[in-house]
Amino acid sequence: MFQALANPQRFMAFSRWAAPVLAVIAAGLLGWGLWLSFSAPEDYQQGATVRLMFIHVPAAYMAMFCYACLGAASLVGLVFRHVLADAAARACAPLGAGFTALALITGMLWGRPMWGTWWVWDARVTSVLVLFLFYIGYMALQAAIDDETRAARASGILALVGLINLPIIKFSVDWWNTLHQPASVFRKGGPSLPPEFLWPLGVMALAYMALFGALWLVRIRAEVWRKRAQSLALQAAG
Amino acid sequence: MSMTSLDYGKYAIFIWPALAVTAAVLAWMVADSLLRARYWQKKVQVLEAARAQPGEKPAP
Repeated sequence: MFQALANPQRFMAFSRWAAPVLAVIAAGLLGWGLWLSFSAPEDYQQGATVRLMFIHVPAAYMAMFCYACLGAASLVGLVFRHVLADAAARACAPLGAGFTALALITGMLWGRPMWGTWWVWDARVTSVLVLFLFYIGYMALQAAIDDETRAARASGILALVGLINLPIIKFSVDWWNTLHQPASVFRKGGPSLPPEFLWPLGVMALAYMALFGALWLVRIRAEVWRKRAQSLALQAAG
Repeated sequence: MSMTSLDYGKYAIFIWPALAVTAAVLAWMVADSLLRARYWQKKVQVLEAARAQPGEKPAP
């Protein structure tokens, strides 16, 4: 499938219907997830703030997932020099930065009432901030180099270096003593959350994932058109 | 599972801003992606139309 979609024309034909379909799925899941979130009971310890979990945790998942996509696209771009892979990496970074910013801001708004502080330099929170800086660095490097091939190569290498941060984020709560709570969904022995919290969390995570899928396809399409416009402008000038 | 009140008491000042920030960031991601795609699609259409009629200069 990926090999078939590597052809830009086939990708444009596929994404033309896939992006709206994913957008409709995302809207439906988002509506359902929000309804479940507002209907969920209060937690016996965290009270109403447990609702912040349903927007914060999926954002944190997506922050890492987007970076994995960015790294994979960058690797394919570096190894195979495929123009669509570079476009995919370039299109992914702003979305990943958005989800990471969301995870950090909603985390601060959850941390203040639960931890008594907006920010703490513990391993989990700091490693997610480092992830955000990798996204910003990637986009800054892309913008700073005029030659797009060189920009894609330099920023691709930076993206690959940043991949080392993903297991650090995931296992930071196990490797170090942190204020952040340990994993409660993806852990040995299964999720520790009761169904009334697990359902809204799962539906919201799927909603964020579908939204990312739709927007990623739209942004890759924009990148393909941008390159086409540059090529046409060069032909017109020459 | 029953619909609970939207009055979050002392935690409202954390919950509502978090929801507002989430809505704003997601809306920005949607708007920026759609506007970017529309801008470059139109640009390509203008340039291709200009190429089809070599006498005319493409709009800037």
